[in-house]
Amino acid sequence: MSLSTDDRRAQESRTPPVTTRAGGARPVTARMPLRHRLRRDRTLLLMTLPAMLLLLVFAYIPLAGNIVAFQDYDPYVADNAFEAIAQSPWVGFEWFQQMVNDRLFWSALWNTLTIFLLQLTLFFPVPILLALFINSFVRPRVRAVAQAILYLPHFFSWVLVVTVFQQMFGGAGLIAQTLRENGHEGFDLMTDPGLFKFLITFEMIWKDAGWGVIVFLAALAAVSPDLYEASAMDGANRWRRMWHITLPALRPVVALLLVLQVGSALTVGFEQILLQRTAVGPGASEVLDTYVWNVGITNGGFSYAAAVGIVKGIFGLLLVLGANKVAHLMGEQGVYKK
Amino acid sequence: MTSLLSGLTGLGGVKPGTRGRLRPVWEEEPSRTGLASKGVFLVAICLAVLFPLWVVVVTSLSSVKTITETGGLVVIPRGITFVAYQELLGGGQVTRATVISLCVTLVGTLFSMTVSVLCAYGLSRTGSVLHRPLLVFMLATMFFGAGLIPTYLVVQGLGLTDSYLALILPSALNVFNILVLRAFFMSTAQELIESARIDGAGDFRILWQIVMPLSRAVIAVITLFYAVGYWSAWFNASIYISDPEMLPLQNVMNQLVLKQERPTGLAQVINTGHLSPLAIQMAVMVLALIPVAFLSPFVQKHFKEGMLTGAVKG
Repeated sequence: MSLSTDDRRAQESRTPPVTTRAGGARPVTARMPLRHRLRRDRTLLLMTLPAMLLLLVFAYIPLAGNIVAFQDYDPYVADNAFEAIAQSPWVGFEWFQQMVNDRLFWSALWNTLTIFLLQLTLFFPVPILLALFINSFVRPRVRAVAQAILYLPHFFSWVLVVTVFQQMFGGAGLIAQTLRENGHEGFDLMTDPGLFKFLITFEMIWKDAGWGVIVFLAALAAVSPDLYEASAMDGANRWRRMWHITLPALRPVVALLLVLQVGSALTVGFEQILLQRTAVGPGASEVLDTYVWNVGITNGGFSYAAAVGIVKGIFGLLLVLGANKVAHLMGEQGVYKK
Repeated sequence: MTSLLSGLTGLGGVKPGTRGRLRPVWEEEPSRTGLASKGVFLVAICLAVLFPLWVVVVTSLSSVKTITETGGLVVIPRGITFVAYQELLGGGQVTRATVISLCVTLVGTLFSMTVSVLCAYGLSRTGSVLHRPLLVFMLATMFFGAGLIPTYLVVQGLGLTDSYLALILPSALNVFNILVLRAFFMSTAQELIESARIDGAGDFRILWQIVMPLSRAVIAVITLFYAVGYWSAWFNASIYISDPEMLPLQNVMNQLVLKQERPTGLAQVINTGHLSPLAIQMAVMVLALIPVAFLSPFVQKHFKEGMLTGAVKG
């Protein structure tokens, strides 16, 4: 994985020695002995220490904890999870074989992928369209107020968002209530398994589409007005200007976000779905993440759940790398550079 | 009102002299119908966000009588009363959960910010020793997640279950946020840092007195991100906390509203007919909503910098 341009510049400028460089770096000291450099930078190292410790404990050690997937982990052998891992017997790839034959696993995978596809087709374009729409307003105050309102739901918790939706579209919600008052039949969107996937995509749009607008608006703001003026002089009307200037300007951002989206294809709305799982039943709502939670945390099948988690993690990583590769082939930058 | 809004959103009113001439001369004037339909659409989008919130707030402030008359959620405010809030905040489960959420958010945000700012500054000098290995160590965690089960086992193995630390430590750091801070620290004018060093300032002093004051905007954004994260969190509590007395607000709200449970101590008030259960539910939602709705507009003008820096790095 490559580092940012500043780091790269720093590396390239290692010879010949210079005294100051971008990024507040200290004098380059390729020839200074390591212990002198350690001594000189000890404050900086000390500063990174707490963060590195936290990452070690809560990101790297759990990575090693995945070995329970190759064990018959029994939480009751010992009081402490670490001791229980040490004492549990090894079973090899038994859990992975079991997973291949598990109908519920495949159903969860299917649900995950369909929800991902719905997000990709229904959610993904919305921020782009919203950004183009907001960008078409010339008055700064209108834009600012619109953005302030649209950003807001991003900061609500999922509990709150799901609750708001229940109050609006649930069986006792405002819309069903109004319909009943006027002699129509009520409905309950929240407990309909057939519509569940659309419901959660809709919730996602309500919560995060406004937030997604920021990136696109920034990309639009970076387009030189000269381009628009020049093409207008050449006789391009507003739609042609949009097609030939605005949309190409958005292309790199769209590519980047697509890569990110595809990379997280197996991670769809964990908390959101967990909150609504009981209302529609696992058949329609179980995704890989909730399946791991249900099997592992709720039912104590730690080893099997960890095995599912590993498979999910590996395919997730492959998806990021693959999507990034595709972005590179398309001539875009992707998440990281080559 | 408009001046207040523009003050909050950071975009001042239109500059004098540019009013009425916002469009470049060469651009076509939009048609009246076009403008009108655009305006209607914009209002509709904004209402889609604001209307549900309005209904929630109004219902929470409505009396039992109004709620029974409308048969549920209230759209038009009539007979405003603060009974629901008085009951909720007069002691009991919700009051305790609110205090817990506030404390976890405050302590957690302070902790996350301290660790993140230190780490970001420590990694902002590109020539320092171990700079690259440490950066890679940090960035690598963005590409793999250890998974739910092993994380759970580690938290349990450390003995953090049923302690408030389980609500803070496992999710204390966000690598993306650190990258954003780092990118900002790196853009601080080098002359300032150099001169401070010549004057004998150490790294802590440079960070505290020079770099941090110059990065106020981004620090505000990242603080808000962390604070909202802690305030909205419910999942960690749901798996690590088994004592109902220790649950934060989001979890209590989940039980109250989505699972339709009655809060302890309030069931009697509801049964005597002085209080509508719906008003209580809505009031809890408003409690959860208030800090976020009030804080985010103040930081809003800086969102873009926070979102964009670091977005393409890594």
